[in-house]
Amino acid sequence: MAAVSQLQRQFIEYATSLYNEGYLDDQFTQLQKLQDESNPDFVVEVVSLFFEDSEKLLNNLATALQQKIVDYKQVDSHVHQFKGSSSSIGAQRVTTVCVHFRNYCDEQNLDGCLRCLQQLNHEYILVRNKLEALFRLEQQILQAGGSIPMME
Amino acid sequence: MNQPELHVLAVDDSTVDRKVIQKLLQISSFKVTVVDSGSRALQYLGLDEEKNSDCRFNDLKVNMIMTDYSMPGMTGFELLKKIKNSSTLKEIPVVIMSSENSMTRIDRCLEEGAEDYLLKPVKLSDLRRLKDTILKTGPDHTDQTQTRKRKHKIDQSQEPDYHDQTLSPPSSPQHAQTKRARL
Repeated sequence: MAAVSQLQRQFIEYATSLYNEGYLDDQFTQLQKLQDESNPDFVVEVVSLFFEDSEKLLNNLATALQQKIVDYKQVDSHVHQFKGSSSSIGAQRVTTVCVHFRNYCDEQNLDGCLRCLQQLNHEYILVRNKLEALFRLEQQILQAGGSIPMME
Repeated sequence: MNQPELHVLAVDDSTVDRKVIQKLLQISSFKVTVVDSGSRALQYLGLDEEKNSDCRFNDLKVNMIMTDYSMPGMTGFELLKKIKNSSTLKEIPVVIMSSENSMTRIDRCLEEGAEDYLLKPVKLSDLRRLKDTILKTGPDHTDQTQTRKRKHKIDQSQEPDYHDQTLSPPSSPQHAQTKRARL
């Protein structure tokens, strides 16, 4: 089963790099621990909800920051939501941008907010791509008849 | 051991968090109902502001409520107050979940009668602890329990000058202040 062990090694390397580079934190591992045979797609389902939520929030943020008179409370509320959901799935870099973003909201700093929105878009797309790649690796392992290694 | 499942009503406006808390509760062998707002929670509990009926079927009986703090419309804190002010519902333990590790917020919630205050993201170990507490103490809450909870939250925060004081049981059972002195 050379193919399976190679895929598993690839998976471990890739997942490890995501943790080392701060894209994912321990919360993601916690989610994986909640997955079992009765609900084998749990993590994918939660992450899909996160993707849906994020895209809505990013749109809302863009709209809110384009207003002639920006409602910073509203902006902050969207960022707070984003911070919550990203933290719930362990998307650490997204959460970090949200923290800075909220500070700019407090200062009513439009420039800072716009920069953070750009960063947020960027980090979101990065983590989405990486998670999709991770899930693809998982699928490959399963299709080759192997099991997904548990991350410590 | 034929222990009936404890039924938890979870309240959170976030789709992601609802899915996660539902899973956490199921894995911890709780029966789970999840709603997305405080008003829906009150409806479920039979405390509908429109109807004044007190009829709830026995299988809807809720053993614990877990609610997010920051929600649009009715906050978790407001929901907590409504539950504690209800003659029919005040005995149900209410747990607040929040991403904010704020001592003032934690104190406010505990003083308003919250059973516990959990920092998000909530972990399986939090639920294990809750389950033990609910099974052991039941509706018979003492301030010693509250003291332990506040102490636990202080442990979790990075606040300096934490003095471990063993507090003796207060004289009045219900609303004694057990504020920790901070030098």
